Amino acid sequence: MPVMKPILLVEDDVVDASTVKQALRDLRVRNPLVHKTDGEEALEYLKDKDSQIPALMLLDLNMPKISGVELLQIIRADSQLANIPVVVLTVSKYEQDKVDTFDLGVAGYIIKAVDYDDFLRAMDIIIQYWSWNGLVEKEKEEENARL
Amino acid sequence: MRDCKPILLLEDDTVDAMTVKRALKDLKVINPLVRVGNGEEALVYLRDDNNIKPCVILLDLNMPKMNGIEFLRVAKADEKLKRIPAIVLTTSKDDQDRLQTFRLNVSGFIVKPVDYIKFVEAMRIIDLYWTLSELPNSEQESLNANIQTDNACRR
Repeated sequence: MPVMKPILLVEDDVVDASTVKQALRDLRVRNPLVHKTDGEEALEYLKDKDSQIPALMLLDLNMPKISGVELLQIIRADSQLANIPVVVLTVSKYEQDKVDTFDLGVAGYIIKAVDYDDFLRAMDIIIQYWSWNGLVEKEKEEENARL
Repeated sequence: MRDCKPILLLEDDTVDAMTVKRALKDLKVINPLVRVGNGEEALVYLRDDNNIKPCVILLDLNMPKMNGIEFLRVAKADEKLKRIPAIVLTTSKDDQDRLQTFRLNVSGFIVKPVDYIKFVEAMRIIDLYWTLSELPNSEQESLNANIQTDNACRR
């Protein structure tokens, strides 16, 4: 069985990051989660030869040092990283942010819901979609029953 | 899908195209489906300013004249088209195809299940995901075109 690639979460807000972690646990996602708190840290991770290239990146936009859009520009210009699917997870509803990120080939732009149940429903759809893409895996029903 | 714009389907196989149409109907997806038989026809449709730009493109890879990869190379380099999410719907399980298309900024690579019930489930998730995801507005479209789509989309 191939090694399961991680999901890379790039999020500077501690509360938002723990909400994503909680949702992935609640949805019983098997992929390991790697959390980086800004674009610079994420880039260090991605450029490190010992790191596993993620199956999927969940990306916040407003972050210190290197923003989400800047990180996208860098990885899209890097042939080793250009094929990582990136889903934007943000509070920004600005049209320009949508245009800039879709210009850089993001595979989804999701506005973070404030209410946890709504957020969990959104994450469930995201996980199911990427599971159909063969990149994310959930625990099977039987495994759930045993837990 | 998120708005009422058409879904553009690039599929040369008539039976496969009918299966997509049937699944969307079964799911009560109200977006009109526009089907073209290859990448060349898709570019003609997309570059015609009289046509409303689609909300998403669903594409097969193996097609005559201009295949899916060739189409993506052109569409994803075109300033007016590159922001439209393109989702590969294929029978290919080839990792190279997957890597190559994600490098061309596709927004999904879904292997078509042979079983119809499973295929409908895949289409349901595609619809849910692209209803949840925001999309940039297409500034090329006239107000008239938008009004027409809105009206065409009323349930």
